[in-house]
Amino acid sequence: MLDNTPNLQDEAARQFQICNSCRYCEGYCDVFPQLFALPEMTAASATHLANLCHNCRGCYYACQYSPPHEFDLNLPAVLAELRQDTWERHARPQALARVFHSHGVAVAAALIAGFALLFFLMATLRPESGEGFYAYLAHNAMVAIFAPAFLLPLAGLAYSLRSYWREIGGGRITWASLRHMGSSVARMKNLSGGADQGCNFEQGARYSNARRYAHQATLWGFLMCFAATSVATLMHYGLGWEAPYPFWSPPKLLGVPGGILLCLGTGALAWLKLRADPELGAARVWGGEMAFVLLLFTVSATGLALYAATGTGAVPALLAIHLGAVFAFFVLTPYTKMVHGFYRTAALLARR
Amino acid sequence: MLQYDVVVVGGGNAALCAAIEAAEAGARVVILESAPEHMRGGNSRHTRNFRCMHHGPLSVLTDTYGEDEYYDDLLRVTKGQTDPTLARLAIRDSEACLPWMERHGVIFQGSLSGTLSLDRTNAFFLGGGKALVNAYYACAEDLGVTIRYNAEVLHVDLSDGRFHSVTLADGEQIAGRAVVLASGGFQADLDWLTRAWGPGAENFLIRGTPYNRGVVLRDVLDQGAQSVGDPTQCHCVAIDGRAPKFDGGIVTRLDCVPYALVVNRDGDRFYDEGEDVWPKRYAIWGRLVAAQPDQIAYAITDQKAQGLFMPPVFAPVKAETLGGLAQALGLSGDALEKTVARYNAACQDGSFTPGVLDGLATNGLEPPKTNWARPLDTPPYYGYMLRPGVTFTYLGLKVSERAQVQGAHGPLPNVWAAGEVMAGSILGQGYLAGFGMTIGTVFGRIAGQEAASHAG
Ligand SMILES: Cc1cc2nc3c(=O)[nH]c(=O)nc-3n(C[C@H](O)[C@H](O)[C@H](O)COP(=O)(O)OP(=O)(O)OC[C@H]3O[C@@H](n4cnc5c(N)ncnc54)[C@H](O)[C@@H]3O)c2cc1C
Ligand code: SF4
Ligand code: SF4
Repeated sequence: MLDNTPNLQDEAARQFQICNSCRYCEGYCDVFPQLFALPEMTAASATHLANLCHNCRGCYYACQYSPPHEFDLNLPAVLAELRQDTWERHARPQALARVFHSHGVAVAAALIAGFALLFFLMATLRPESGEGFYAYLAHNAMVAIFAPAFLLPLAGLAYSLRSYWREIGGGRITWASLRHMGSSVARMKNLSGGADQGCNFEQGARYSNARRYAHQATLWGFLMCFAATSVATLMHYGLGWEAPYPFWSPPKLLGVPGGILLCLGTGALAWLKLRADPELGAARVWGGEMAFVLLLFTVSATGLALYAATGTGAVPALLAIHLGAVFAFFVLTPYTKMVHGFYRTAALLARR
Repeated sequence: MLQYDVVVVGGGNAALCAAIEAAEAGARVVILESAPEHMRGGNSRHTRNFRCMHHGPLSVLTDTYGEDEYYDDLLRVTKGQTDPTLARLAIRDSEACLPWMERHGVIFQGSLSGTLSLDRTNAFFLGGGKALVNAYYACAEDLGVTIRYNAEVLHVDLSDGRFHSVTLADGEQIAGRAVVLASGGFQADLDWLTRAWGPGAENFLIRGTPYNRGVVLRDVLDQGAQSVGDPTQCHCVAIDGRAPKFDGGIVTRLDCVPYALVVNRDGDRFYDEGEDVWPKRYAIWGRLVAAQPDQIAYAITDQKAQGLFMPPVFAPVKAETLGGLAQALGLSGDALEKTVARYNAACQDGSFTPGVLDGLATNGLEPPKTNWARPLDTPPYYGYMLRPGVTFTYLGLKVSERAQVQGAHGPLPNVWAAGEVMAGSILGQGYLAGFGMTIGTVFGRIAGQEAASHAG
């Protein structure tokens, strides 16, 4: 437990108690119905509800007790802080999580370190022959770097999620809970405001679906890019069909639209974030969150640029930047905002 | 001096409905709200639902709620103290209001969990009244209405029997061709409450906004506008005694009384706690507590009653013995123990069923407890402090069916009123849940339309 964990859980419990006597926000999201069904509030329940909250902010702008009222209700903020605390608490090593969550600059620094490494490797491991990307970086060298960069963070994440699942007592996963989770994620139901009017973000007290759509573009774009990479890997090893792939091939058909979606989605998210009130989120990690969005943006934008530059002299530089960004993204996964997707999926799956 | 077609005084539901209607009719409108922006919306920001007549399912409302049934419900609570024409008008118009509200950004949800099922009669606002108020402000802004916060109106110039201008607290004057008064009741003016109620009113808590001080109401009454209603009549409920003086809102309600024994400062019982289910009794308990010494009472339960009522926002005082509880509450232990012993002795065998009148009554006790009377014998014991909480006052302006304010010599040609400031015409006494918003919406819309057509 971090120093501030009990304080955050107590503060969330204090606010939940007021909500429980009020119930006006019942229709906004999944948090309230689950809150009202609890026989009593425990630290584990507070943590679970915090990870279920999507920070749609509906319950802040609708609250008659938001500051300066003496009840001082700001559920989106305290739940964001508690989520942040959960992620840092379950991450290993914790210190890394704390640094990366609170220091966007550190994220950027790691990214640059990634570039430097790649440039270095390119210079030293450059193959004598090879086509496409592999002309610049040996395929085996890429695998040697990316496989651990991909697998180690995944292992770390799996460890964290298991420890989180134990803390909240997530229970057995059933088909019903999987279906519930799937449909909630696919529609981003908890950013819909309960009646498809959207959430409160860049327009303050007015509802808007902009963040919901930007988030879905990011999510689907990311998944398509991920699928593109996976398919390419299978094609490479399973079918012996090596990159570069033509446009009418699965990796490109998934990767190009995916990259465009991811680029537009993250760009929009960053723009919206600049317009929203930081005090309704975990204000101390605003920089880290922004750096994460920009990192994803860089991954997609450089990927698209690389594709556009095919056959030109810009490829070596763009490739190094793109791979550096991807590298940084993977390595940082357990310590950046990227974890929110995993924890929230777990919260949506939990049957308590 | 700034000049508008329609000046709207107030910034709650009634004011916003009037401003939106007037702006849609093409008028240049200004809203003068005395609260700062983050406190805008008066009592309306604390509301949760709207009572609505309807034939067949309508939006989130199920079944049918006809005019006569609605009117009968109103007559029952007001004991006939209502203006039948205005009341029926409000009821009939409510049906068209619901779709109008949806068109102007209000989103409804089904009846909330933990409320007595109201899904046939009352449509609940998603997010509550503040979400409704936010939607209306956004709509008014989009229609080009000028919105002024921190703009308390001190004086409405009605010289020669018609409206000319208003004067704000800082001395600024704003002129208009017509005015809509929608500035709420006077409950936040404790001096006025004390004059009407006596010194005990100082101990009342005000459930809603501190900005409804009746300044405009007093000002226009002093200039000869006709009043309706009795200054001692108000919606006054028993709430948690630890609630803030103002703006505690819905969460300060205490629903434990039917399953408790209620004593006053001296440790004596004073009324049948089990007379009826709480939604039908909470409104009389405000007055009952107001009549006790120091305007305070204590509801005492034991372990058995935990979980039978909505959780209160403040944790109760808890003790293993009645004497310990009395001490923690500042009561005499002897007196409380005696009262409980007398009550326990009067309890009879029978089956206890929460939520419905179970007839489990005391025998030979004065006053009796006629339902849910189980002995108080299972520690730990819990104590909840009760005080009167005023929702809104009923003394108001007399209006016509077109929401026009009546002067000493007939209607004032360019003055309209809506909401709490005229609710006394319809609510002589008693209250029907969700009817405050109905009155404000129906008469706010009428006032806005009339004022705009006068100005245009
Ligand atoms: C806790 C609580 C819960 C309630 N729940 C419900 C419910 O669920 N359903 C229901 O129908 N009713 C409910 N009511 C009653 C309901 O709030 C009122 O009937 C309704 O809001 C009245 O609307 P209004 O516009 O007339 O007044 P208000 O909403 O109170 O608006 C009055 C406005 O006038 C402004 N004002 C006052 N004086 C001045 C001045 N001198 N100059 C400028 N502006 C001024 C105030 O700042 C405020 O904006 C509830 C009340 C409370 C307190
Ligand atoms: S956030 Fe505010 S309005 Fe919403 S349920 Fe909680 S206390 Fe009520
Ligand atoms: S911020 Fe949105 S998702 Fe989170 S608790 Fe409030 S309403 Fe629910």
